[in-house]
Amino acid sequence: MHETTALTIAGRIYSSRLLVGTGKYRDFAETKLAIDASGAQIITVAIRRVNIGQDPTQPSLLDWLPPSQYTLLPNTAGCYNAIEAVRTLRLARELLDGHKLVKLEVLADDATLFPNMPETLIAAKTLVDDGFDVMVYCTDDPIQAKTLEDIGCVAVMPLASLIGSGMGILNPWNLEIILDRVSVPVLVDAGIGTASDASIAMELGCDGVLMNTAIAKARDPVLMASAMKKAVESGREAFLAGRMPKKIYQASASSPREGRIGT
Amino acid sequence: MLEFFMLNITINGQATTQNTGSCVDAIIANMQLVGKRYAVERNGEIIPKSRLSETPIADGDKFEIVIAVGGG
Repeated sequence: MHETTALTIAGRIYSSRLLVGTGKYRDFAETKLAIDASGAQIITVAIRRVNIGQDPTQPSLLDWLPPSQYTLLPNTAGCYNAIEAVRTLRLARELLDGHKLVKLEVLADDATLFPNMPETLIAAKTLVDDGFDVMVYCTDDPIQAKTLEDIGCVAVMPLASLIGSGMGILNPWNLEIILDRVSVPVLVDAGIGTASDASIAMELGCDGVLMNTAIAKARDPVLMASAMKKAVESGREAFLAGRMPKKIYQASASSPREGRIGT
Repeated sequence: MLEFFMLNITINGQATTQNTGSCVDAIIANMQLVGKRYAVERNGEIIPKSRLSETPIADGDKFEIVIAVGGG
């Protein structure tokens, strides 16, 4: 069964079930405003070379979003094999003074950014053995998700649709099978387009949702961040409340049938 | 007179030079990263921040110096 109250990942408790990325914003000020409006406590960051030409006096992302205030989740975006991904996260751990919680994503292809599962499994095993707490972006294949749990990943994060596509939840059935079979937290990562998509993920029983583009590329990112916060919360409450059964082709009146006038 | 050689090294894919006898912390100082969050890899091995000032640079060294940036 999945946690009924707060979200627990690798033994740490989070009151927010919305995780957000920090990419694609206009500037750091907008990034910070949107993240704060989303209420997210876990935020993803990418690891990249220092740009040799850049002005060192300019503030950096972590000046705006200090690790003292947020749980940073370094990712391996842009890595296409296990070796690059592991190397990136070891650098992230050094950068963040021994921080263990990471987001593993090994991509297969530039056009789809679909997960490369053979390399993801290799990287996950290496990272778990090396002491990392691995949250892992994966296909919505229940067998792969279960294998990642068995390897020791602390959360599995199947895509709902392609990264940055905003196409929403394309295969709720597979997500339900994963939720049924996996006992670590299941978070939808990638594909959320608008608030209802986030609610649907939560209504299915997902433990959380991770998104970036849906907020950053909304016309008003800060307002969308607030919408996503509410969508995740309301979807979670609806899941906990237990929806009514669907009655196909069978209406059921809400008002009493007795005492109608003229009867 | 002191003989003076320059070391040929690569930082983040770009060829550059460094004074003979300097340690890796000199690169961090040149890049004005002191006090910021970064990580350093030399020839594929991470050098912990605590050891940068005691790790001499060798000719041909390849460095990767990374920071956190926005990402999803």
